[in-house]
Amino acid sequence: MNVSYAWLKSFVDFDLDPRALRDLLTQRVVTVDEVLPLRADLAPIVIGRVVECAPIPGSDHLSATKVDAGGGELLDVVCGAPNVRAGKLYPFAPVGTTMPNGMKIERRKIRGSVSAGMLCSARELGLGEEHEGILELDVGAAPGTPFLEALPVGDTRLVLDVTPNRADLLSHLGVAREIAAALGKDIRPLVLSGARDFIGEPTAEQEAMTRRLLDELPTAISGERLDASAIADAVSSLVGDESEATVSLIDAVRTMPDRPQHRGVTEGQTGSVRVVLEDAEGSPRYCGVVIRGVKVAPSPRWLIDRITAVGGRPINNVVDATNFMLHGFGQPMHAFDVAKLAGSAVIVRRARPGERLVTLDGVERTLAPSITVIADGERAQALAGIMGGRDSEVTDDTTDIFLEVANFDPGRTRAARRALAMSTDASHRFERGVDIDWTPFWLAHAVALITHVAGGTAEEDVDLYPEPRMQPPLRLRIARIAKLLGAPIGAQEATALLRSIGCVVELVPGTEMLHGDQELQVVPPSWRVDMVNEVDLIEEVARLHGYDAFPSELRPYRIGNVPDAPIELVATQLRHALVSAGLFEVRPMPFVSGGEGHVRVRNPLAENEAFLRRNVVESLAKRAEYNLAHMQGNIRLFEIGAAFAPSTGRLPHEEVRVGALIMGARRPPHFTEPKPPAFDEWDAKGIAELVLETAFPRRETALVPHEEDSLWHVTLDGRRIGEVRRVRLDAPVWASPAFGVEITLEVVASDDVAPAGQSAYGTGEMPAALGARGSVTPFRPLPVTPAAEFDLALLVPNDMPAGQVEEVIRKNAGELLERLALFDEFRGTGLPPGVRSVAWRLTFRHAERTLRDKEVSGRREKLLRALEEELGVRQRTA
Amino acid sequence: MTLDELLDAARSLERDGRDLIARASSAEELAAARTALVGRKSGRLTELMKTLPALAPDARRDAGAAVNRAKEAIEAALSAREAELHRAAPAAPRVDLTMPARRTWRGAIHPVTVVIDEIRDIFRELGFTIAVGPEAETEWYNFGALNFPPNHPAMDAHDTLYLSDDTLLRTHTSPVQIRTLQTYPPPVRVLVPGNVYRRDFFDPSHAPMFSQIEGLAVDEGIGFVDLKATLVHFVNRFFGRRPTRFRPSFFPFTEPSAELDVQCGVCGGAGCPTCKHTGWVEILGSGMVHPAVLDACGVDSERYTGWAFGMGPARVALSRWGIPDIRLLYDSDVRFLEQLAQ
Repeated sequence: MNVSYAWLKSFVDFDLDPRALRDLLTQRVVTVDEVLPLRADLAPIVIGRVVECAPIPGSDHLSATKVDAGGGELLDVVCGAPNVRAGKLYPFAPVGTTMPNGMKIERRKIRGSVSAGMLCSARELGLGEEHEGILELDVGAAPGTPFLEALPVGDTRLVLDVTPNRADLLSHLGVAREIAAALGKDIRPLVLSGARDFIGEPTAEQEAMTRRLLDELPTAISGERLDASAIADAVSSLVGDESEATVSLIDAVRTMPDRPQHRGVTEGQTGSVRVVLEDAEGSPRYCGVVIRGVKVAPSPRWLIDRITAVGGRPINNVVDATNFMLHGFGQPMHAFDVAKLAGSAVIVRRARPGERLVTLDGVERTLAPSITVIADGERAQALAGIMGGRDSEVTDDTTDIFLEVANFDPGRTRAARRALAMSTDASHRFERGVDIDWTPFWLAHAVALITHVAGGTAEEDVDLYPEPRMQPPLRLRIARIAKLLGAPIGAQEATALLRSIGCVVELVPGTEMLHGDQELQVVPPSWRVDMVNEVDLIEEVARLHGYDAFPSELRPYRIGNVPDAPIELVATQLRHALVSAGLFEVRPMPFVSGGEGHVRVRNPLAENEAFLRRNVVESLAKRAEYNLAHMQGNIRLFEIGAAFAPSTGRLPHEEVRVGALIMGARRPPHFTEPKPPAFDEWDAKGIAELVLETAFPRRETALVPHEEDSLWHVTLDGRRIGEVRRVRLDAPVWASPAFGVEITLEVVASDDVAPAGQSAYGTGEMPAALGARGSVTPFRPLPVTPAAEFDLALLVPNDMPAGQVEEVIRKNAGELLERLALFDEFRGTGLPPGVRSVAWRLTFRHAERTLRDKEVSGRREKLLRALEEELGVRQRTA
Repeated sequence: MTLDELLDAARSLERDGRDLIARASSAEELAAARTALVGRKSGRLTELMKTLPALAPDARRDAGAAVNRAKEAIEAALSAREAELHRAAPAAPRVDLTMPARRTWRGAIHPVTVVIDEIRDIFRELGFTIAVGPEAETEWYNFGALNFPPNHPAMDAHDTLYLSDDTLLRTHTSPVQIRTLQTYPPPVRVLVPGNVYRRDFFDPSHAPMFSQIEGLAVDEGIGFVDLKATLVHFVNRFFGRRPTRFRPSFFPFTEPSAELDVQCGVCGGAGCPTCKHTGWVEILGSGMVHPAVLDACGVDSERYTGWAFGMGPARVALSRWGIPDIRLLYDSDVRFLEQLAQ
């Protein structure tokens, strides 16, 4: 939200410059994102005095002037304005200035006369539409004084990041209240503050009296609503009739009728307009007033300044006045043209199914009964709390207005504006919660403002509030403060802190004796719709005490009951293993074009990526293509991430998987090997084995040959948990083949742990279960005897798996076989057709003695016999 | 050849050999001398050896010894001269040692994981264990249990990717708080890293999926001062000793809520573009666990209190490495990954 530094100052008297104010607000209240000096574009403009002025012969409107711009010598300036006079002060743009409209001021010759600068009109300075002449200034500043210093146009804007709970900070008044609380100051009396620009500075006596009035209000109403008529009487008796504007304010307030009882009343009349509140759920309080005889026109300068300071666009005096109330006091308002209201009726009701309304932005909207509208006798004329309708908009021809000052339900407003896909300053405030007690007070204030800037006479207003809200007092236990904050804050300090922000606080007598703890009864101010629980009060105490004032010494703690998630340990080990193997960890987006068999995102960011991936390698393949598009062909990526599949349950089936993709050179090129071989399926198989050894040590895992692109299925205890595959890419011709490995590490448990409000362990204490590290392979003594080795080169049919041969070897080699390693394969000339030569090295060792040659050769013979008998496999000769 | 003749021949071979070796003035000449004297095919020593079998056995033994002596003497002279020559004129290196080394491919852990691991290591020292949970979640775990009122503006910060009416991709790691508190009784001290999703279009500082890491401590007697102390300790360990400040904030699931700033490391607090001229950089959000959250998990909120924090490791990675665009973290461009691995 944007706030104006100058506007804040009209509410509370403080000495902080904008940056100091930023730091104070950020630290105590709300983060200030930006501090923007406004009208910095006018920085080069200075005050210039026209010393001489003479018409240029032959021109009907140009004058040759000599201007004192404080530079010591007089400048020749040609001026085309009819109102230029010697001796007067004007804004002056020296040569080199870039004007707000982008025009650059240069030294030029006009009609033979040199012009070294420009005397400016209000429009040229972006200060208004006035362009009949240059802007004559009535200030006491010397020539050469920066324009921004001489005139109060150089405001500073603060951009606040208001959190959703702090609806009260969405106005200058709300921010000013916090500044006042922080500095121990008072808000200037609300009746006058913010409006002092149109009623002038109040006298000290007026200030004192109105302040007393406002101080007494909370006690006068003691927790009940503010009664506008009571304010009216008090204000009129206290303020007197000092100025015309004050009178109009007081009159407006005074005309408010006595309303001893609102309850149940849903109809009223203001002037010619009958107001009916049908949807009191959508609008718990609805106030309105007819103002007759307004003259719609551009707003005065001060009002335009206020609106533009917060980034608004001035429209006309009536609309600007309502926007002033919104930004100044947080109360959105809307003015209707009474002449456009059919049947002179204002009806607050639910929209009819399919009802249509063209809103102020020119969009035709189709409505539903969940949306509250403000209708006339025939049709909807405004979206409640969101935006007015175009047909009943206030225009230059408007003479009578119906001013709506209402409260709309936060949830209903939010649902409606979301359904309509729109958001406005008004809906932003209503969906966060607007102070419901002060509605008629802001109405009175707005009436005073509008009749001041646009004239007119207010009729008696309407205030429909069928179910007045009563705020029950909250309980605040002093011991609970200490418990939650870890540092004691006494009843006295808590009381003072809460009172500083407008709470009514009382110490509940007797609680100390009864419970051994002091207790406060707290009624939060009506504008703090977020303060509904004890913990909300404790937050305010902590915030106002100052977060930085709390100690920050580490205190002892108890060890937690939660064991480490096993997947976390495995993932860490896997990352290190795969990085050591030369792979890069990546974190790509898991969205894919998907289709059948994929989980769909209901509201995807892009329709071509509307599904969640089933496989990690899907994502890696896309990233590989991205790299290929950047001429990078050596790609070694892995990810440990989630993969999703549709399930019969409520949530998708979710697994944590490791995926890897390799392609390109197996090693970095070196001058000894300028073209290293490319990765092939054996590298991929090696990565799969590395993953299995790391993630599932000593478990029954296997790589089962498969076919076509899916080369091996990965199994754990016989169940398939992944695969090693060729990956088909959209790849340029120069790219090497790509291989992928995908292995499931864990199926994620996503069932509800326990019903809402309950735990899985129930009331009993669950024993601490700290995770123990997994089992290990025990140490085997290092060999003290020599090994005996021999090689077997066998003629193996092409269609016989080497694994089958190994099985027979292992079965027949005896216990002393220490190692069996396939080290060579040969196909080609010299071999019988359909047969290849495969060579194994066998290593035998006896733990206690050296093997005799005879023993070893005996085994060799036995093995060859068995291979021949069981498989028909023979030794390769010659 | 008689024995005497052979002994003479051996002596002269030794003498001539020494002369020849002494005269050799280069490695090449020495090699030629070696071939002439003891060359396997036609060296003088080899020729002499060939005459040995013709001698009588007794004589053969003496002659063999003499020939061996000559051989040893020559070999010794050869290596001595070789060493001399080597010392006198060190040969130009045969290998150009400036040529590059042979390396294996080098991989790397993703920068975001690097940051997560560092954070994890610090919190491990403080007794935290790691908890994880599903990325596809129910609305109750993601919002309801975390005290998000339905249809509330607090949801605006959580533009959600829905899978169905009441299931979604989690918008933060906080559902794991609920799952953990429902599974284990206090004391609970867990750190939760994980991916989260928002319906944010890619731009230099936003991605629809990003990683988050959060911590949760729940026990009797835990207060705001513990939150402050632990997080200040963490910041000092992670960023080095720098001034910190806590500012008021709002999260539905914590109250009081605070954001933690650390003094800008670029300008030292003076104000610069990195810190938007404030002198401070936002690090994490935190707060005391809201009683409604504990109640939702079946934890007695009168007896137990707790605190939680959450932060975005990707943002830390961006600032640490000076990465201008968050997309670089997710593009998986091998040139980027290789550069950061250096």
